[in-house]
Amino acid sequence: MLLRMADVHVRLSGSHVLQGVDLTVRRGGVTALLGRNGAGKTTTVKSVLGLVPSTGTVELTDAGGRVHRLSGRRTHEVVRLGIGYAPEDREVFGGLTVAENLTLAERRDSAHHHDRVYELFPELRTRSRQLAGTLSGGQQQMVAIARLLLNDNQLLLVDEPTKGLAPLLVAEVAEVLARAAEEVTVLLVEQNLSVVRRMATDAVVVDQGRVAWSGSAPDLLADADRARELLGVAASGGAQARGEPASPPGTEPPVPVHRTSAGEAGA
Amino acid sequence: MSTVVLLAVTGLGLAALYFLVASGLSLIFGLMGVLNFAHGAFLTIGAYGTWWAAGNLPGAGASGWGFVLAVVFGVGVGTLVAALVELALIRPLYERHIEQVLVTVGLSLAMVALVRAIWGADPRPFPAPEWAKDTTSLLGASVPNDRFLLVGSAVVVLLAVLAFLRFTRFGLVIRAGVENRSMVTALGIDVRRAFTLVFAIGGAFAALAGALGGVYLGSISPGQGTSLLIFAFIVVVIGGMSSITGAAVAAVLVGLVQQFANYYAASGVGDLSVVLLLAVVLLTRPGGLTARVA
Repeated sequence: MLLRMADVHVRLSGSHVLQGVDLTVRRGGVTALLGRNGAGKTTTVKSVLGLVPSTGTVELTDAGGRVHRLSGRRTHEVVRLGIGYAPEDREVFGGLTVAENLTLAERRDSAHHHDRVYELFPELRTRSRQLAGTLSGGQQQMVAIARLLLNDNQLLLVDEPTKGLAPLLVAEVAEVLARAAEEVTVLLVEQNLSVVRRMATDAVVVDQGRVAWSGSAPDLLADADRARELLGVAASGGAQARGEPASPPGTEPPVPVHRTSAGEAGA
Repeated sequence: MSTVVLLAVTGLGLAALYFLVASGLSLIFGLMGVLNFAHGAFLTIGAYGTWWAAGNLPGAGASGWGFVLAVVFGVGVGTLVAALVELALIRPLYERHIEQVLVTVGLSLAMVALVRAIWGADPRPFPAPEWAKDTTSLLGASVPNDRFLLVGSAVVVLLAVLAFLRFTRFGLVIRAGVENRSMVTALGIDVRRAFTLVFAIGGAFAALAGALGGVYLGSISPGQGTSLLIFAFIVVVIGGMSSITGAAVAAVLVGLVQQFANYYAASGVGDLSVVLLLAVVLLTRPGGLTARVA
């Protein structure tokens, strides 16, 4: 087990966004973090990094078996344990060049793999002196992913990497992430189920601030009824969830909670 | 013609003082979101530090390298105090903006009161090298040399800051932090070190403005920093809140408008004109001069 979250609560502006999240991410493979809009996926990722104030337990077990408590640590300390983060809106620094964005991402605790990054994204080399703010959405996503792969990490937190991208770019991003996942564990927030289908080994579904289901990703996607019930979308035939109408938060019918081994681990 | 030249150079000298104070304010606000009302106190500390060193510090004095040493001492004290203020008072209050304003306003009042208690409320004549008091003929006008000292110092500081931001890793962190502070921390960077550094740099520039302001005005008094701070804030707002070059351009505008209005209209109209300039800029470009046009 690489990451464990137990009874994690987050309150933001008076709203109880996470209401006791319990989940585990095992070392190796890709764990997909799924759920409807507003379910708490992004907040879950941010709570790992300490980007939002939270209560509860978050622990990372390193390759040597040593357990590091992440809760209460400052964000930069969490990241230095070997956690890479690509946020939902890319958040590349628009006023810096591509090269400066990558230089900034170089961590002192890690070797820097510029060659790997430029091999995966040759375009970034040719555009290295261009301001990142003038790049297209897809190119900015390349910078965001390049920042992840530049350092040696134990865990990558990747939040909706294909959001708003053209289909061709979706495939390219998925390909790069799949290659990365051969070497490092990925926790992937993704609404595009074809990407999930291609990459994910495990899945965790959050709903209304709690883990509603966790288990094998292929199992979840193979069970069309369950996928529809949990995610509000049709999972069959590689359908994409993007753009599907989701119930407004608070109005959707309660989803039965299937406590699984992962869910119970921290309960 | 000679009057215009004299007014212009004097206006630029004043602009240099505004810029030195505003550049620090702008960096601090841009990176940390802190409106530092104690910044004027750093100026006062720099001025009194320089004044004290010129009279008491061995090797320091009112002329030549002795004066340079006195200024270095004043700037050093201002830098140190600014760094300590950040570590002791601002750091525990990150993201608590109301408390930060209260603390910096209180600190400003307390520091001015402390200086007044130690050295009195009366203005003290400020030591200045003889050459700064001489004049140089420029396009028919006899311009006091201290104006050139002010403008030269501000230009050097502007170039140094731009180079620092452009070519150093700390500069990179600061530029990125101004844009998106939380993402900088999510890259594993302890942005608090940059906060302390920026506060110290801002304090150094304000202290330098204190020393140069003493030369320019010929005397120093405890409330000097606070009165200059108001105009520096106006410069920061006109310049676009977190842009160093914006602050430089705005400082030149404010300094010139103030000088010319004071001379050609009536004394005091200059201050009013600056406020009008602020209103015009805010009405036409709410984000200041360097705001991106949508």
